[in-house]
Amino acid sequence: MNKLSLKTFTLLQTVTSVGLSALAWMVTGVRPIWNGSLPSDRQRIYFANHTSHGDFILLSACLSEKERAITHAVAAGEYWGKSRLRRFIAEDMLSSVLINRQWTKPEENPIEIMLSVLDQGHSLILFPEGTRNMTDEPLLAFRSGLYNLSMARPEVELIPCWIENMSRVLPKGQFLPVPLLCRVVFGAPVAVGPGEERRAFLERAHATLLALNPRPERDD
Amino acid sequence: MRHEISILIIGLLAVLTTASIVAAILSARAPKPLSSTLVNLTQRINAWWVMVALMTVAFFFGRYGMTILFALISFAALREFVTLTHTRRSDHWVLLGMFGIIIPFQYWLVWTAWYGLFVIFIPVYCFLLMPAITALHGDTERFLERIAAQQWAVMISVYCVSHVPALLTLNVPGFEGRTLLLIAFLIIVVQGSDVLQYIFGKLFGKHRFSPNVSPSKTWEGLIGGLVSASLLGALLSFVTPFSPLQAAAVAFVACSMGFLGGLVASAIKRDQGVKDWGHLIEGHGGMMDRTDSLVFAAPVFFHIVRYFWTV
Repeated sequence: MNKLSLKTFTLLQTVTSVGLSALAWMVTGVRPIWNGSLPSDRQRIYFANHTSHGDFILLSACLSEKERAITHAVAAGEYWGKSRLRRFIAEDMLSSVLINRQWTKPEENPIEIMLSVLDQGHSLILFPEGTRNMTDEPLLAFRSGLYNLSMARPEVELIPCWIENMSRVLPKGQFLPVPLLCRVVFGAPVAVGPGEERRAFLERAHATLLALNPRPERDD
Repeated sequence: MRHEISILIIGLLAVLTTASIVAAILSARAPKPLSSTLVNLTQRINAWWVMVALMTVAFFFGRYGMTILFALISFAALREFVTLTHTRRSDHWVLLGMFGIIIPFQYWLVWTAWYGLFVIFIPVYCFLLMPAITALHGDTERFLERIAAQQWAVMISVYCVSHVPALLTLNVPGFEGRTLLLIAFLIIVVQGSDVLQYIFGKLFGKHRFSPNVSPSKTWEGLIGGLVSASLLGALLSFVTPFSPLQAAAVAFVACSMGFLGGLVASAIKRDQGVKDWGHLIEGHGGMMDRTDSLVFAAPVFFHIVRYFWTV
């Protein structure tokens, strides 16, 4: 098994996280809407819709300094692990956790890697769509990771987080953001019900996240 | 000029201190938990302290401070405006241009006092080229609505707001080197009128001015606010090139425009189904909630002064 040993932030990670949060505020004026959950330093998996590279920055900008230091975004190893520079950005600056979806060796098992993070008392940011949503659909179907993690560690809260407007700030194929106001809506925790099937749970979590969108008619 | 500025700052501090004391006494006497009006009143007054402090700092940096401050106000206002409108992927470059080209260029024109281009850059060049770019993208879905919203956004948030620092470029004989005071006069009178309308409305408001647009605006608030703001204008004539009577008349026109600006902003918010433009200023809402009156007043004030008082 992959033994990720996590520490709280290095100086570089603190500087990066403060800098990116400030940048996110300047461009999007981002602010959290706590609609069913409250800021807390208890262990959580934040799961959110994913349309751009800015999503993780917006979400973590809504967390306190203390929470940010123990919260790691789960990112695609195929992309972020490709070159030394990318790996440096993803791991040493953003303190993300890289997983490979096309894993072969047992120590690359994504669920095991994510569980090892949780077992060290840290929190995760997960995009259960598995990839950036480039379609006209507001939210793609969820992959099973969320269910597997919740079954293995039922004591960890699953918090749905709707990130508003990022698809307008950075539409697909663009790299310069348009400054628009963004909010992140944090909903009530979701948990796997007794005897609930994988698919039923994933669909329910999907619907819960979608229902948090405060202005669904704006998405375009 | 130093003398006038000292008087204005002392006056503002006195008003704010009085307001904070009154709000504290009201809150102490009121039954707990406090009503939302009282909580909001305290938030508004606290935000005024911050806004007055920022304006004062910008004031001391003179032309630099004012130009940069109002460029930032334009940025915040435009961001709130565009967020509310319908945008499509194909609008990306026009939207980027609004923030990245139009704001800096318009304020550069203010800075260099290039009056001829300052007045036409947005209404001629931007208003023609922005829809042209949108048409070139070939996306005609809700086309007129999109280009109209973009133009009105730039008009309100950039063009109108930029007329405030543009007051510094006016050459009023006998008033050289003191144009900063024109900005102080305009802002104090127009924002003062907002506050006075709020106070008169809260104390005596009975007859709604336009229940469909803004339930909080009353005839009593409007008349009381405009009359007292005109008197405030006359009182402040010593910082302007105007006589007291002229100052009252100019203040009356500016505050009437300010009232209409607030009304138009309310109509837009109602149309878009939101209560406030944003949340930048605690207790007040967004930047546009605080500047909607200034936005309508500034260009008219600018042109009145330019027509009647400059050479």
